[in-house]
Amino acid sequence: MERDDVIEYSLYTHHDEEAGKKIRKKIWFVTILLTVITAVEVFLGAMIKQDSAAWPYVKLTFIALTLLKAGYIVLTFMHLGDEKKVLKYMILAPYIVLIIYLIFIALTEGVYIGAAVGKYSV
Amino acid sequence: MAGHASHELSSDSPWGGKVSPFATSYGKLMMWFFLVSDALTFGGLLIAYGFTRHDAQDAWPIGEETFNSMPFLGHGYPLLYVALMTFILIVSSVTMVLAVEAGHRMDRKGVTKWLAATIIGGFFFVGSQAWEWSHFIHGSEFGKVELADGSQAIVKGHFGEIKSFTVLEPGTHHTKKGEKITDDLLHTFQHAAAGGHLKDGKITLHDGTIASVQKEADHDVKLVIKKDGSKNKIGDVLDGKPACDLYGSIINSGEKNKVIYGANLEQNEYGPQQYGQFFFFITGFHGFHVFSGVIINIIILLGVMKGTYHSRGHYEMVEKTGLYWHFVDLVWVFVFTFFYLV
Repeated sequence: MERDDVIEYSLYTHHDEEAGKKIRKKIWFVTILLTVITAVEVFLGAMIKQDSAAWPYVKLTFIALTLLKAGYIVLTFMHLGDEKKVLKYMILAPYIVLIIYLIFIALTEGVYIGAAVGKYSV
Repeated sequence: MAGHASHELSSDSPWGGKVSPFATSYGKLMMWFFLVSDALTFGGLLIAYGFTRHDAQDAWPIGEETFNSMPFLGHGYPLLYVALMTFILIVSSVTMVLAVEAGHRMDRKGVTKWLAATIIGGFFFVGSQAWEWSHFIHGSEFGKVELADGSQAIVKGHFGEIKSFTVLEPGTHHTKKGEKITDDLLHTFQHAAAGGHLKDGKITLHDGTIASVQKEADHDVKLVIKKDGSKNKIGDVLDGKPACDLYGSIINSGEKNKVIYGANLEQNEYGPQQYGQFFFFITGFHGFHVFSGVIINIIILLGVMKGTYHSRGHYEMVEKTGLYWHFVDLVWVFVFTFFYLV
């Protein structure tokens, strides 16, 4: 069915059974990976206490694992990895530029305000 | 001067009208734009949370201590329940991507099956969140106590079981002296302790009944200071028998507002006031997204079952709602890390 009032882009991105098998294999791989990462995070959180010397490294590990999980969700599940480069960066650039800067400035500022105003009052 | 373009664009060229420069449809592009703006909202909320948390430092509650309960099993399972919720949401994201994949093969049965599974996963997640909220609002057995010097401490340890209340002076409801009351004990006990109706092991109930409390002794009680007072500073820990006695004397003081149980928007037993507000707002806003997602998925599922998309020749609608659903999962991954883990 061809209609000339419908612009076609990627609407008919059909694939056959063969390609489907490959895609499903990848999906299950990512599923297992995400589950294992979550399990590792909970295990680390339960094993290492927040007042221990290793905690700052655990914290960094958590953040790295979170970004890894997010990457897999966005690029595989949301298929952003398969989109055109220009679209990909249009979506990711605001984050790479703005959010990282905002995180840096807000957290730094938070520490100084906490120190300047004194201990928290409930 | 307004005039027509110096040369006509061929409609087949990029920006010519018939070709998408992004090789994607209008609907999908707009879904992405919506998600970018929604992600900035969540990013802003989480950064505001990070700011407040870095400001409060040691007074901030620790996730694995605040969230350590499982339904039916009680306490002592740090973060397991949230991990289970995360797993449920990840699995429902997987079933969604499988529905999209089935759509690409025009497999209507497959889409129906996987989309239905996604909806079930979504309901499970929303239900889990309701349990979590309820638990957060009701709080622990101990609560948070205010000490004589104005400092506040959260309490850890083993809470002795309340066996019964024995009526000493009858009121309007419990009219027999010596009657044993055995239902809704913990709730009544906490309510009385917070309201100052518990004094030296005697409890005054709503109907004016005065009863003695039969309760096993608490043990291994530790008081962890979360708000500075004139003597105790944040991070100090009181333990051993003195801590146990101190806790007992505070809840038995007969004074109002010396102990806080659970959480509401004004106060909470876990830490600073803002902690409760951020919890309700961020997890609530995310829960609202999940709930909307479930509703949208149901609408799309009806379309799939009616054959709307099949006769259209493609299942792009499933793909677009899929994007939204994955986004909800994506946000949860960050909420999980920054609210519960670190």
